[in-house]
Amino acid sequence: MTTFIWVAVAVVAIGLYLSWTAGRLDRLHARIDAARAALDAQLLRRASVAQELATSGVLDPAASIVLYQSAHAARQAEDEHREVAESELSQALRAVFAEPDAVEAVLAAPGGEETVGELTQAVRRVPMARRFHNDAVRAARAVRRHRVVRWFRLAGHAPFPLAFEMDDEPPMAFTADGAAGH
Amino acid sequence: MRIGIVCPYSWDVPGGVQFHIRDLAEHLIKLGHEVSVLAPADDETPLPPYVVSAGRAVPVPYNGSVARLNFGFLSAARVRRWLHDGGFDVIHIHEPTSPSLGLLACWAAQGPIVATFHTSNPRSRAMIAAYPILQPALEKIRARIAVSEYARRTLVEHLGGDAVVIPNGVDVDFFATAEAEPKWQSEGARSTALDGVPRPGGTIGFIGRIDEPRKGLPALMRALPKIIAERPDTRLLVAGKGDEKEAVEALPEHLRGQVEFLGMVSDRDKARLLRSVDLYVAPNTGGESFGIILVEAMSAGAPVLASDLDAFRQVLDGGAAGELFPVEDADALAAAAVRLLGDPERLAELRELGSRHVRRFDWSTVGADILSVYETVTEGATAVATDERVGLRARLGLARD
Repeated sequence: MTTFIWVAVAVVAIGLYLSWTAGRLDRLHARIDAARAALDAQLLRRASVAQELATSGVLDPAASIVLYQSAHAARQAEDEHREVAESELSQALRAVFAEPDAVEAVLAAPGGEETVGELTQAVRRVPMARRFHNDAVRAARAVRRHRVVRWFRLAGHAPFPLAFEMDDEPPMAFTADGAAGH
Repeated sequence: MRIGIVCPYSWDVPGGVQFHIRDLAEHLIKLGHEVSVLAPADDETPLPPYVVSAGRAVPVPYNGSVARLNFGFLSAARVRRWLHDGGFDVIHIHEPTSPSLGLLACWAAQGPIVATFHTSNPRSRAMIAAYPILQPALEKIRARIAVSEYARRTLVEHLGGDAVVIPNGVDVDFFATAEAEPKWQSEGARSTALDGVPRPGGTIGFIGRIDEPRKGLPALMRALPKIIAERPDTRLLVAGKGDEKEAVEALPEHLRGQVEFLGMVSDRDKARLLRSVDLYVAPNTGGESFGIILVEAMSAGAPVLASDLDAFRQVLDGGAAGELFPVEDADALAAAAVRLLGDPERLAELRELGSRHVRRFDWSTVGADILSVYETVTEGATAVATDERVGLRARLGLARD
């Protein structure tokens, strides 16, 4: 009889632990979804401002075409090509704003200050959102690799979370260090 | 935005983290946000209107020193009530790994949680043992902020994951517009004519606890005789708490008159002191994750000479905005101080470089970055709520909604 009670207690304890772990995992997946949505929103915002800037005619034609092309590609990219397309937009932005004259030119245009403000915000929030997303991915992966989670298939059908890897270095003129200069 | 900030350390005891939270809260309130700070405090301490007391902190030995911490059922209940009453869009927890309010808030809340890691202490034994308990709580943090690249590196090493680097903020204009105090100035600085004639003196400033060896006053005391040998009128001004007699013990008797102790100074006097000195020396020996005092010194236009610590090097823009000397090397410190005090042009250049670099640490920049983090995590997310523990019945699928 005592053995039976002990077995029952053990089964309940294991059940509670499994249920708790499943809840924890569920919360982590929700965190990834939220982080991914935030990252998508920031990327889209950045591409939109870049595209607006490219079609505004403030920049020289060559720079405009380069920027438009990469911004368009970033917005249209399929999931598999997204990381590359977004990295290329980062590179295009860095190339266009490598010289300080470009920033001055945009600032001088009507509504330019607003555009520079929006672009600054966008290029600085993309790396933030990406770090938060990848941090959530890492936390979820750490739990999912756990033996108990694998044996009892606690993750269900949720896809294995993938980090979003891209070049998100903002143009120097838009970083906190660079902006302090002018 | 409704913002809840959790301060792990007692509000009654002045400290870097407390000042940072106070300035952040006031900056955010000025921008029109609703801010509530939950902090341990004695019942008698007068609190600013935005601070909610979480009860008295209990002094307990922790991690080699006596820390004042909040824990137990009563504190946990207060955290839950604060979360429940606040209805915050985002909560910002400082030092979530300290066994105090930060960790309790992490346990009790769910939703958009931002955390700032201030210290860069190596992982303690207790933390290794507590890791399985800590991990589920830390997992809830949606966004991590480290105060320096150095702090970020230690954080990544010990806890994994990643963090964004947002330095501590300083109200640059407060320091930049402070009035210099003539009695703290050297003769060279008092006479307005910058004629470039080398003068025999100069005032050196030091701010920090006198009896805390990590702050490095002993190294400066060892260097002082050599500095005075070269520049006999040099004065050292020391502001900070501690035993003054003990601090000058290592100094030959006839030189003791050239050290002035100012005791604890107010924020205003600190700014005036930094405005007055010819050179600010930070001889810290380690354990620094940021170096707010260097930023304050640069804001006030004081040329900075600091130990070559990772954190200091970074604050000084890799050594471009101030000069560095090898840690605890009194000879190098003396040589650098003598050279700088005898070179008014270099001092003027350092003032200029420092004032320009320091804009990056102004609350206008730092506050905008922190708000960006808040907005990134709250986008599309629901507000912070208390994390209701699922009851036994619900877990077994017996509860009805």
